[in-house]
Amino acid sequence: MTTVITLAYLVAAVCFILGLKQLSSPKSARNGNFTAAFGMVIALVATVPQLHFTTAGLIIIAIGVVIGGAVGAVGARMVKMTAIPQMVALFNGVGGGAAALVAVAELLRFGDHPPFAEAFPSVFSIVIGSISFAGSMVAFAKLQELMTGTPITYPGQQIVNGIIAAAILGFVIAVLAVASIPVSFISLMVLALVLGVAFVLPIGGADMPVVISLLNAFTGLAVAASGFLLNNFALIVAGTLVGASGSLLTKMMSDAMGRSLANVLFGAFGKTRAGAVAATGKEGRSVRSGSAEDLGTLLAYSQRVIIVPGYGLAVAQAQHAARELAEVLEKRGVEVTYAIHPVAGRMPGHMNVLLAEANVPYEQLKEMDEVNDEFKNADVALIVGANDVVNPSARNAPGSPIYGMPILNADQAKNIVFMKRSMRPGFAGIDNDLMYDPKTIMFFGDAKDSLTKLVSAVKAA
Amino acid sequence: MTNELLNELTFFVLSIFIGIEVISKVPTILHTPLMSGTNAIHGIILVGAIVIAAGASSPVTIILGLVAVTLATTNVVGGFVVTDRMLEMFKGRAGRAQGAQNQSAKPATPVAPTK
Repeated sequence: MTTVITLAYLVAAVCFILGLKQLSSPKSARNGNFTAAFGMVIALVATVPQLHFTTAGLIIIAIGVVIGGAVGAVGARMVKMTAIPQMVALFNGVGGGAAALVAVAELLRFGDHPPFAEAFPSVFSIVIGSISFAGSMVAFAKLQELMTGTPITYPGQQIVNGIIAAAILGFVIAVLAVASIPVSFISLMVLALVLGVAFVLPIGGADMPVVISLLNAFTGLAVAASGFLLNNFALIVAGTLVGASGSLLTKMMSDAMGRSLANVLFGAFGKTRAGAVAATGKEGRSVRSGSAEDLGTLLAYSQRVIIVPGYGLAVAQAQHAARELAEVLEKRGVEVTYAIHPVAGRMPGHMNVLLAEANVPYEQLKEMDEVNDEFKNADVALIVGANDVVNPSARNAPGSPIYGMPILNADQAKNIVFMKRSMRPGFAGIDNDLMYDPKTIMFFGDAKDSLTKLVSAVKAA
Repeated sequence: MTNELLNELTFFVLSIFIGIEVISKVPTILHTPLMSGTNAIHGIILVGAIVIAAGASSPVTIILGLVAVTLATTNVVGGFVVTDRMLEMFKGRAGRAQGAQNQSAKPATPVAPTK
């Protein structure tokens, strides 16, 4: 590598680090993304003049950039905010696929007996990149509802996955120790693709964010391995940054759910749905439901209202209606905040994006630790389309599948208004005792319609 | 071990620490944009894809190069654009008036009928 290109890569690496740093505050986050994109442009511009292009090479790069650029830009522009998680899964997957293909191309070039320092990162990149590609596609399909979101399990599944993993290990050894011939590393890639699919199938839709985050880290590591392979330090630094941050984010997400990563990946969570409901559902308990007028009055004459939004709010596209209700209440002098559970929505922070889209100022969005002590001073906790994140059984029912998950203390508010479509249990499939709490008033209906009714009721009160 | 490999290992190890250090300060509310932003950064594989595509001559390398460049470009462009779309919407009270103006000019995201 020449001095110029090395210096350019150094600048790019600094841009990536600064960009990530700027992402830690909402004020500078957007600039952070620009900074990282700028680093990417520098790395690309510095690379191109150093290469010797064949005619075919020039043509395929031009075609690839045009197609990829169009697909990426149009996809990213068109996607609805509720569909962001699957879009991230898709963009992550293609990156992993690219890393695997780069490694395949390099192995082809090296011949039958590449030096270990080249062969090892190649097989690593092929295996991890392919797992990331296939796994991300399954995650995409599950979130896009192209296939069922419930875990797909069968007897002996872990054993089958174990056998696939063992076979992959066998081919890795074959490539490294015997000969790097196309039939062995293509088999390796196919097996890794199969493992990627098999690995994500038994994981429920609710756990997809953790999976996407993990696969994001995987792609980062595959890219770093390709960097070792091409002796390109921009790839090593950028890939490793993503690998490290993605791993940490994955851990933070499973922590927020009160579960170990192993439990998320291998627990087939949500599969016990029917059983859990039957076991914990107590028939005949009465719930109290209220009219829009009652609730409008209750809200209008409150001093502090905490809104607890959940994915149901996003599904019903009710973010704007929620913001309208908050504004009407604020005009009457009611203090309104939003309590955001770390896993509200389909990804950590997803709910914040959805509310930001509806022009809710981020000062009103409070994180769990910050807001949990405020519930006892709140007149009303208004739960919109959330369920598991306010389920007290996470605190007091050791047998419950969500036992140990940190929850929002909505049950400590003076009144609880629980807006729900029906009495059906939430994603984790467990009954919520909060619905039967004497302080709770149920308000049934589609989240958007219900909020709109409340807005008129508050105006009339 | 060659000097080059030693250097690369140094970059690798130090980057792990930087990655963890920088990310540990990101608030929960930015986790989704962060995931999406890091996702765009690993699109740097486009550099690798261009390197292998540049010298392509046989049918196999041409196909590999073409697919790799296409996938990697999708990753980079899609990643940065979708992250920007998310972050564009994070506005405090100060940015709100302006945001409302923009909105009246062009409604943000059309509210699709629910399924």
